[in-house]
Amino acid sequence: MEKSPVILANDLGIGYRMNKREKRVHSHLSFQLYAGELTCLLGANGTGKSTMLRTLSASQPPLEGELLLQNRPLSEYSEKERSRTIGIVLTDKTQAGGLTVYELVALGRQPHTGFFGRLQKNDHTLIQEALEAVGISHKSRAYLSELSDGERQKAMIAKALVQECPLILLDEPTAFLDVVSRIEIMTLLHNLALEQNKAILLSTHDIEQALVLADKLWLLSKENGLQCGVTEDMILSHRMDDLFARNEILFDYAHGVYYPEVKSRRFIVVETPNDILLHWTTNALNRHGYACLSPEEQQNGLPRLKVKSQNQLLYTTNETQKEFISFEQLLQEINNDTTKK
Amino acid sequence: MKSKGLKYGIALTFIILVLLGANLLFGSVHIPANAVWSILTGHAVEKASWSFIIWESRIPQALTALLCGAALAASGLMLQTAFNNPLAGPSILGINSGASLGVALVMLAGGGTIATGVFSLSGFFSVILGAFIGSMIIMGVILFFSTLIKSNIMLLITGIMIGYITSSAISLLNFFATAEGVHSYIIWGMGNFGGVSLHQLPYFAGICVAGLLFSILLIKPLNALLLGTRYAENLGVNIRRTRNLLLIATGLLTSVTTAFCGPIAFIGLAMPHVSRLMLGTSNHNSLLPVTLLTGGAIALLCNLICVLPGESGVIPLNAVTPILGAPVIIYVIVNQRKIQYFN
Repeated sequence: MEKSPVILANDLGIGYRMNKREKRVHSHLSFQLYAGELTCLLGANGTGKSTMLRTLSASQPPLEGELLLQNRPLSEYSEKERSRTIGIVLTDKTQAGGLTVYELVALGRQPHTGFFGRLQKNDHTLIQEALEAVGISHKSRAYLSELSDGERQKAMIAKALVQECPLILLDEPTAFLDVVSRIEIMTLLHNLALEQNKAILLSTHDIEQALVLADKLWLLSKENGLQCGVTEDMILSHRMDDLFARNEILFDYAHGVYYPEVKSRRFIVVETPNDILLHWTTNALNRHGYACLSPEEQQNGLPRLKVKSQNQLLYTTNETQKEFISFEQLLQEINNDTTKK
Repeated sequence: MKSKGLKYGIALTFIILVLLGANLLFGSVHIPANAVWSILTGHAVEKASWSFIIWESRIPQALTALLCGAALAASGLMLQTAFNNPLAGPSILGINSGASLGVALVMLAGGGTIATGVFSLSGFFSVILGAFIGSMIIMGVILFFSTLIKSNIMLLITGIMIGYITSSAISLLNFFATAEGVHSYIIWGMGNFGGVSLHQLPYFAGICVAGLLFSILLIKPLNALLLGTRYAENLGVNIRRTRNLLLIATGLLTSVTTAFCGPIAFIGLAMPHVSRLMLGTSNHNSLLPVTLLTGGAIALLCNLICVLPGESGVIPLNAVTPILGAPVIIYVIVNQRKIQYFN
C-alpha cells in the first residue's frame, strides 16, 4: 500500500521576506515526510535548519513553491487546525518553571479545550498516557524548574504528544543534553514515531545518534541544498561527504563519525589481529602525524608496527626492533624519532 | 492545585471583608462602631455628619481601594506574563507615567479647572481619556521596543528611561502651568483612594470590573504565553491579537486607576509575586483570581495605614505602598534561585 506523505513539498523556496527585500536561504527544495518515521535534519550552523523548521511549522511563509500538509496547502490551515496538526518542541527558554510537569503537559491540550481551557476526563487520560509514554509520570507533580534538562525535554515532548498531532517538529531537542539523555530522547522519539505512527522531524548536531536511530536523513548544506533518503542509502552513496564543505573534515564510513584529515608525509605499516585494535592504533598514530598503511600495501623501507594486544606492541624500523607494553611507551618512542629527525 | 487556589481565595475573601469593615470603622474622624453599624443598616445616628462621612467618603474610598488594588495587581500579572519578565509592572514599564502624562496634560493645560476633587462628568471623562491615551501610547512604545530588544533586563531599563522622559515632560508642563494646576497635580500625584465620589463610583467600578472580567477571559492564552511566543503560537494562540487584547486590558485598568487615584507604585509589581509565592504556581487559572484578591486586600490595608494618624491627617498613599511592596521585590530578587517560577 502506498502511504501518503504527511508533508509534501515541491520546488519550495525558503527564507525571509522583510519589507521588499528578500533573504533567500534555499530554493527548489522537494521532499516528503512520512508517518511512522523518524527523520533527522543534519547540517552545519547557518545552513538554514531552523528556517526550514519554521517554514514547516508555518511560523514563516515559504517564498514560493508548494507545501502540502496532509494533502492540503499549509497556508490554508487556520491557527487552530495547525495547532492540532503540528506539534513543536524548541530549546527556547520558557517562563514555566512555576508550573508542574502535569500542568505543562496539560497546556498541550489547549488546541482541543474550550474557551477557558477546562480539562475533561478524556484530557486527563491523554495527559497521563503521554506522561507514561515519555517516562516521566513519576515526576508529574514536580515543578518544571526541578527537572533536569533531559526531563524537561521529555515533558515538552509529552506536551507535543497530547496535542494529538500527526506531525512533530523538534528544533535541536538534544542540544545541552549529556550522552545518556541524548540517547534516551532519541530512542524515545524513534519509538514514538513507530508506536504512535507519528511523522517526526528533528534538527540535530548529534550525527552519531542520528545515524543510529533515524529512518531517514535530510542533509542540508549551502552547496548541495537538501538531500533526503534512508540513512544507510545516504551513507553508502557517500552523501555524508557533502554535508560539510570542508576538505579537512572527512567521514569515516566504517564507524559513522567525522574526523579531521590527517596531514602527514610519514607512513607506517600497521598489522593487528582485530578491527578494534586497528581502529585505536590508527587513531593514536594519526594524532601523532602518521598515516597508516595495511600490510598488503606494504612498501619497503617503511617502519612497521605489529600490535598483538594492548600490551604487546612490536615496532620495527630499518635499524631497530623494539617491543612496548603500552601505547604511552610507543608514542614516546615515535615522538623521539620525529624530534631526532 | 485547584483546591489550594480555592482555599486561598476563601481566606482572602474573608480578610478583605475584615479589612473593608476596618476601613469603614477607622478614619480621620472617630465614629463609634455601633454608630457605623446603625448607619450601614439605615438607622439614624446622633450626628448627621457621621452618616455623611460613611456614605460619601469611607464607603466609596474602601470600594475604590479594593477595585484599584485588584486592577493594578491584575495588570501587573498580565504584563509580567506578556513580557515574559517577572519584574515587569505598570509602574516599572512607564505605563503609569504615561497615564500621568495624559492626566497632567488634561489637568495642567486646563489650568487647574479640572481637578480630581471637583469633577464634572466631562472633566471626569477627559481625565480618564487622557490617562488611557497616555498609557496606551507608552504601552505601544514598549511593545515596539520589545520586538527590537530581546533581553528582558534591557527592555525594563528602556521602560524606566521612557518613564524618565514622561516625567520630564510632566515637569515641563508643571513649569508652565498655573499654581492651582500644579497644586492639584501634586496632590493627585501623592496617590489617594479618596478621589472617587459616591456618584462617580458606578462609572469607576464599571470600568474596573469590565477590565478585570476582560483579564479573566485571557487566562487561557496567558497560560500558553508562559512557554514563550513560539510555543504559544503552536498551541493556537494568535499572538498579535492576544498582545493587543492584553494591551487594552492593562491600559484600561492602569489608566482608570491612575486617573482617579494617582500613580500608585508597587501594588501592580509586587502582588503577583506574593500570590505566586503563596500558591506555588504560575498557572493563571488560580493565580489570576488570587492576585486580584491579594491586590484588593493590600490596597485596603494601605488605605487603612494612611488614615492611622487619625485626626492629625492622612498619610499620602505613595508613601505607604513602596514600604509594603519594595521588600517583596527585594526578597524575590535575592531568592530567585530558590523560587521555581524564575527558573
